[in-house]
Amino acid sequence: MSLQDKYKELIDTARSAGTGNLQVNEQEGVLHISGEAPSGAVKDNLWNIYGKIDPNFLSGDVVMDIKVATAVEGAKLEVVTQSSNLNVRKGPGIDQPVIGKAAHAEVVTLISKHSDEWWLVRTKNGEEGYAHAQYLRPVE
Amino acid sequence: MSNKQLSTAILCMVFAVMVACKAKTSDTQIQTKVSEQLSTMPEVTADVKDGVVTLSGNVADDATKASAEATVKSTEGVKSVVNNITVMPAAPPPPPATDPAAAINTADEALRTGVTNISKDFPGADIKVDAGIITVTGALSATKWKMLKQALDALHPKKVDASGLKVK
Repeated sequence: MSLQDKYKELIDTARSAGTGNLQVNEQEGVLHISGEAPSGAVKDNLWNIYGKIDPNFLSGDVVMDIKVATAVEGAKLEVVTQSSNLNVRKGPGIDQPVIGKAAHAEVVTLISKHSDEWWLVRTKNGEEGYAHAQYLRPVE
Repeated sequence: MSNKQLSTAILCMVFAVMVACKAKTSDTQIQTKVSEQLSTMPEVTADVKDGVVTLSGNVADDATKASAEATVKSTEGVKSVVNNITVMPAAPPPPPATDPAAAINTADEALRTGVTNISKDFPGADIKVDAGIITVTGALSATKWKMLKQALDALHPKKVDASGLKVK
Protein backbone atom coordinates (compact mmCIF):
# COMPACT_ATOMS: atom_id res chain seq x y z
CA MET A 1 0.00 0.00 0.00
CA SER A 2 1.41 3.34 -0.95
CA LEU A 3 1.77 6.09 1.62
CA GLN A 4 -0.80 8.20 -0.20
CA ASP A 5 -3.28 5.33 0.16
CA LYS A 6 -2.40 4.77 3.80
CA TYR A 7 -2.98 8.44 4.60
CA LYS A 8 -5.81 8.93 2.10
CA GLU A 9 -8.27 10.04 4.78
CA LEU A 10 -5.81 12.64 6.05
CA ILE A 11 -5.12 14.05 2.59
CA ASP A 12 -8.80 14.03 1.61
CA THR A 13 -9.78 15.82 4.81
CA ALA A 14 -7.06 18.42 4.37
CA ARG A 15 -8.30 19.04 0.85
CA SER A 16 -12.00 19.18 1.69
CA ALA A 17 -11.40 21.42 4.73
CA GLY A 18 -9.95 24.05 2.44
CA THR A 19 -6.30 23.80 3.37
CA GLY A 20 -4.54 26.45 1.34
CA ASN A 21 -1.43 25.73 -0.71
CA LEU A 22 -1.72 22.05 0.17
CA GLN A 23 1.35 20.10 -0.87
CA VAL A 24 1.62 16.36 -0.65
CA ASN A 25 4.69 14.58 -1.91
CA GLU A 26 6.64 11.49 -1.16
CA GLN A 27 10.40 11.63 -0.71
CA GLU A 28 12.62 8.75 0.30
CA GLY A 29 9.77 6.82 1.85
CA VAL A 30 8.36 9.75 3.77
CA LEU A 31 5.13 11.55 2.92
CA HIS A 32 5.52 15.30 3.29
CA ILE A 33 2.28 17.21 3.83
CA SER A 34 2.18 20.96 4.19
CA GLY A 35 -0.35 23.71 3.86
CA GLU A 36 -2.33 26.41 5.62
CA ALA A 37 -5.42 25.33 7.48
CA PRO A 38 -8.26 27.85 7.58
CA SER A 39 -8.50 27.49 11.36
CA GLY A 40 -6.83 25.99 14.41
CA ALA A 41 -9.66 23.47 14.66
CA VAL A 42 -8.92 22.14 11.17
CA LYS A 43 -5.25 21.78 12.09
CA ASP A 44 -6.17 19.89 15.28
CA ASN A 45 -8.52 17.65 13.33
CA LEU A 46 -5.83 16.80 10.79
CA TRP A 47 -3.42 15.86 13.56
CA ASN A 48 -6.11 13.70 15.15
CA ILE A 49 -6.67 11.85 11.87
CA TYR A 50 -2.92 11.40 11.45
CA GLY A 51 -2.77 9.98 14.99
CA LYS A 52 -5.64 7.61 14.23
CA ILE A 53 -3.97 6.17 11.11
CA ASP A 54 -0.53 6.03 12.73
CA PRO A 55 -1.03 5.61 16.49
CA ASN A 56 1.36 7.84 18.41
CA PHE A 57 3.02 8.95 15.15
CA LEU A 58 5.68 6.28 15.54
CA SER A 59 6.00 5.03 11.95
CA GLY A 60 8.04 8.03 10.92
CA ASP A 61 6.58 7.93 7.42
CA VAL A 62 4.90 11.36 7.55
CA VAL A 63 6.20 14.86 8.14
CA MET A 64 3.22 17.18 8.43
CA ASP A 65 3.55 20.94 8.67
CA ILE A 66 0.14 22.54 8.85
CA LYS A 67 0.09 26.23 9.66
CA VAL A 68 -3.01 28.16 10.57
CA ALA A 69 -4.00 30.82 8.08
CA THR A 70 -5.74 32.97 10.66
CA ALA A 71 -2.46 33.52 12.49
CA VAL A 72 -2.08 36.96 10.90
CA GLU A 73 -0.92 40.20 12.43
CA GLY A 74 -3.36 41.47 15.01
CA ALA A 75 -4.83 38.00 15.55
CA LYS A 76 -5.56 36.76 19.04
CA LEU A 77 -3.51 33.78 20.11
CA GLU A 78 -4.12 31.43 22.97
CA VAL A 79 -1.19 30.21 25.01
CA VAL A 80 -1.32 26.43 24.66
CA THR A 81 1.39 25.32 27.05
CA GLN A 82 0.57 22.21 29.06
CA SER A 83 0.15 24.15 32.30
CA SER A 84 3.15 26.40 32.72
CA ASN A 85 3.69 30.03 31.80
CA LEU A 86 5.04 30.89 28.39
CA ASN A 87 8.27 32.85 28.34
CA VAL A 88 8.23 36.10 26.43
CA ARG A 89 11.74 36.97 25.36
CA LYS A 90 13.61 40.05 24.27
CA GLY A 91 14.66 38.49 20.99
CA PRO A 92 13.92 35.39 18.90
CA GLY A 93 15.88 32.57 20.56
CA ILE A 94 16.03 30.70 23.84
CA ASP A 95 19.33 32.38 24.58
CA GLN A 96 17.49 35.70 24.77
CA PRO A 97 16.55 37.12 28.17
CA VAL A 98 13.01 36.56 29.41
CA ILE A 99 11.24 39.90 29.70
CA GLY A 100 7.78 38.66 30.55
CA LYS A 101 5.46 35.71 30.94
CA ALA A 102 2.13 34.79 29.47
CA ALA A 103 0.02 32.48 31.60
CA HIS A 104 -1.30 29.16 30.38
CA ALA A 105 -4.51 29.74 28.38
CA GLU A 106 -3.94 33.49 28.34
CA VAL A 107 -4.81 35.26 25.09
CA VAL A 108 -2.07 37.37 23.52
CA THR A 109 -1.95 39.46 20.35
CA LEU A 110 0.25 38.63 17.39
CA ILE A 111 2.30 41.65 16.33
CA SER A 112 4.46 40.01 13.68
CA LYS A 113 6.13 36.75 12.77
CA HIS A 114 9.90 36.82 12.97
CA SER A 115 10.05 33.28 11.60
CA ASP A 116 7.89 30.18 11.62
CA GLU A 117 9.14 29.53 15.12
CA TRP A 118 9.38 32.91 16.80
CA TRP A 119 6.48 35.32 16.90
CA LEU A 120 6.45 38.81 18.35
CA VAL A 121 3.46 39.09 20.67
CA ARG A 122 1.87 41.50 23.12
CA THR A 123 0.67 40.01 26.39
CA LYS A 124 -2.39 40.98 28.39
CA ASN A 125 -0.13 43.19 30.53
CA GLY A 126 1.15 45.02 27.49
CA GLU A 127 4.60 43.39 27.46
CA GLU A 128 5.97 42.90 23.96
CA GLY A 129 8.42 40.18 23.13
CA TYR A 130 9.11 36.97 21.26
CA ALA A 131 7.45 33.68 22.08
CA HIS A 132 7.77 30.26 20.51
CA ALA A 133 4.98 29.73 17.97
CA GLN A 134 4.67 26.13 19.04
CA TYR A 135 2.73 27.27 22.11
CA LEU A 136 0.48 29.76 20.39
CA ARG A 137 -2.77 28.85 18.72
CA PRO A 138 -5.02 31.27 16.91
CA VAL A 139 -8.32 31.83 18.67
CA GLU A 140 -11.25 31.23 16.38
CA MET B 1 105.51 31.74 -44.64
CA SER B 2 107.87 31.43 -41.78
CA ASN B 3 107.25 29.30 -38.78
CA LYS B 4 106.76 32.39 -36.71
CA GLN B 5 104.15 33.78 -39.07
CA LEU B 6 102.38 30.41 -39.13
CA SER B 7 102.26 30.18 -35.36
CA THR B 8 100.95 33.74 -35.14
CA ALA B 9 98.25 32.88 -37.65
CA ILE B 10 97.30 29.76 -35.69
CA LEU B 11 97.30 31.78 -32.50
CA CYS B 12 95.00 34.33 -34.12
CA MET B 13 92.66 31.62 -35.33
CA VAL B 14 92.55 29.97 -31.91
CA PHE B 15 91.90 33.35 -30.37
CA ALA B 16 89.13 34.11 -32.86
CA VAL B 17 87.46 30.78 -32.11
CA MET B 18 87.75 31.46 -28.40
CA VAL B 19 86.14 34.87 -28.83
CA ALA B 20 83.38 33.35 -30.94
CA CYS B 21 82.81 30.72 -28.29
CA LYS B 22 82.73 33.37 -25.61
CA ALA B 23 80.08 35.33 -27.52
CA LYS B 24 77.97 32.25 -27.76
CA THR B 25 76.56 31.77 -24.23
CA SER B 26 76.56 28.13 -23.25
CA ASP B 27 73.34 26.23 -22.51
CA THR B 28 74.42 25.84 -18.90
CA GLN B 29 74.82 29.58 -18.53
CA ILE B 30 71.43 30.20 -20.13
CA GLN B 31 69.89 27.60 -17.88
CA THR B 32 71.27 29.37 -14.82
CA LYS B 33 70.04 32.78 -15.94
CA VAL B 34 66.63 31.54 -17.01
CA SER B 35 66.12 29.66 -13.77
CA GLU B 36 67.01 32.81 -11.88
CA GLN B 37 64.49 34.84 -13.83
CA LEU B 38 61.81 32.27 -13.40
CA SER B 39 62.39 32.02 -9.67
CA THR B 40 59.16 33.95 -9.10
CA MET B 41 57.28 31.29 -11.05
CA PRO B 42 58.12 28.06 -9.32
CA GLU B 43 55.50 26.20 -11.34
CA VAL B 44 57.37 26.86 -14.61
CA THR B 45 60.35 24.72 -15.61
CA ALA B 46 62.80 25.50 -18.39
CA ASP B 47 64.98 23.22 -20.51
CA VAL B 48 67.76 24.65 -22.62
CA LYS B 49 69.21 23.00 -25.69
CA ASP B 50 71.33 24.82 -28.29
CA GLY B 51 70.05 28.17 -27.07
CA VAL B 52 66.42 27.11 -27.44
CA VAL B 53 64.48 27.31 -24.20
CA THR B 54 61.52 25.01 -23.75
CA LEU B 55 59.14 26.13 -21.04
CA SER B 56 56.74 23.73 -19.40
CA GLY B 57 54.55 23.44 -16.34
CA ASN B 58 51.09 24.51 -15.24
CA VAL B 59 50.13 28.09 -14.57
CA ALA B 60 46.88 29.66 -13.48
CA ASP B 61 46.34 32.06 -16.38
CA ASP B 62 47.44 33.20 -19.85
CA ALA B 63 49.10 36.33 -18.46
CA THR B 64 51.53 34.27 -16.41
CA LYS B 65 52.28 32.06 -19.41
CA ALA B 66 53.01 35.10 -21.62
CA SER B 67 55.08 36.82 -18.98
CA ALA B 68 57.21 33.71 -18.48
CA GLU B 69 57.92 33.60 -22.23
CA ALA B 70 58.73 37.34 -22.40
CA THR B 71 61.08 37.09 -19.43
CA VAL B 72 62.96 34.19 -20.96
CA LYS B 73 63.12 35.67 -24.47
CA SER B 74 64.98 38.74 -23.27
CA THR B 75 67.66 36.61 -21.64
CA GLU B 76 71.08 36.91 -23.29
CA GLY B 77 71.96 33.99 -25.51
CA VAL B 78 68.41 32.66 -25.91
CA LYS B 79 67.71 32.03 -29.57
CA SER B 80 64.09 31.13 -29.28
CA VAL B 81 61.49 29.99 -26.80
CA VAL B 82 59.17 27.03 -27.12
CA ASN B 83 56.29 27.79 -24.80
CA ASN B 84 54.76 24.49 -23.70
CA ILE B 85 53.23 25.93 -20.54
CA THR B 86 49.69 24.79 -19.98
CA VAL B 87 47.14 27.11 -18.50
CA MET B 88 45.15 25.29 -15.85
CA PRO B 89 43.19 27.50 -13.54
CA ALA B 90 43.41 26.22 -10.00
CA ALA B 91 40.09 24.50 -9.31
CA PRO B 92 38.10 27.05 -7.34
CA PRO B 93 36.68 25.66 -4.09
CA PRO B 94 33.15 24.54 -4.92
CA PRO B 95 30.59 27.08 -3.73
CA PRO B 96 29.09 25.82 -0.48
CA ALA B 97 25.55 25.98 -1.82
CA THR B 98 26.18 23.46 -4.59
CA ASP B 99 28.28 21.08 -2.54
CA PRO B 100 25.81 18.45 -1.36
CA ALA B 101 27.73 17.69 1.83
CA ALA B 102 27.89 21.36 2.75
CA ALA B 103 24.22 21.81 1.93
CA ILE B 104 23.36 18.98 4.30
CA ASN B 105 25.51 20.59 6.97
CA THR B 106 23.76 23.93 6.59
CA ALA B 107 20.37 22.23 6.67
CA ASP B 108 21.44 20.29 9.76
CA GLU B 109 22.60 23.52 11.41
CA ALA B 110 19.16 25.03 10.89
CA LEU B 111 17.49 21.87 12.16
CA ARG B 112 19.76 21.77 15.22
CA THR B 113 18.97 25.38 16.10
CA GLY B 114 15.27 24.60 15.79
CA VAL B 115 15.63 21.43 17.85
CA THR B 116 17.55 23.29 20.58
CA ASN B 117 14.73 25.83 20.82
CA ILE B 118 12.17 23.09 21.18
CA SER B 119 13.93 20.39 23.17
CA LYS B 120 14.25 22.33 26.43
CA ASP B 121 10.52 21.88 26.97
CA PHE B 122 10.68 18.14 26.52
CA PRO B 123 12.85 16.67 29.23
CA GLY B 124 12.93 12.91 28.85
CA ALA B 125 13.32 13.05 25.10
CA ASP B 126 16.72 12.84 23.47
CA ILE B 127 16.65 14.52 20.07
CA LYS B 128 19.40 14.16 17.51
CA VAL B 129 19.85 15.57 14.02
CA ASP B 130 21.79 13.84 11.27
CA ALA B 131 21.63 14.37 7.50
CA GLY B 132 18.21 15.99 7.67
CA ILE B 133 16.72 13.25 9.84
CA ILE B 134 15.58 13.94 13.40
CA THR B 135 15.82 10.96 15.72
CA VAL B 136 13.88 11.00 18.97
CA THR B 137 14.58 8.54 21.76
CA GLY B 138 13.66 8.41 25.42
CA ALA B 139 10.18 8.46 26.92
CA LEU B 140 7.34 10.97 26.68
CA SER B 141 3.65 11.10 27.45
CA ALA B 142 1.38 10.81 24.40
CA THR B 143 0.28 14.47 24.73
CA LYS B 144 3.83 15.75 25.00
CA TRP B 145 4.98 13.62 22.11
CA LYS B 146 2.18 14.95 19.91
CA MET B 147 3.28 18.51 20.72
CA LEU B 148 6.89 17.64 20.06
CA LYS B 149 6.11 15.88 16.79
CA GLN B 150 4.13 18.92 15.59
CA ALA B 151 7.01 21.23 16.48
CA LEU B 152 9.62 18.98 14.86
CA ASP B 153 7.60 18.52 11.65
CA ALA B 154 7.38 22.31 11.35
CA LEU B 155 11.18 22.38 10.97
CA HIS B 156 10.79 20.43 7.68
CA PRO B 157 13.10 17.52 8.39
CA LYS B 158 13.44 14.67 5.90
CA LYS B 159 12.04 12.35 8.50
CA VAL B 160 11.25 12.18 12.20
CA ASP B 161 12.38 8.81 13.42
CA ALA B 162 10.72 7.95 16.72
CA SER B 163 11.17 4.19 16.54
CA GLY B 164 13.29 4.36 19.69
CA LEU B 165 10.80 6.47 21.64
CA LYS B 166 8.61 5.10 24.41
CA VAL B 167 5.19 6.70 24.55
CA LYS B 168 3.69 6.44 28.03
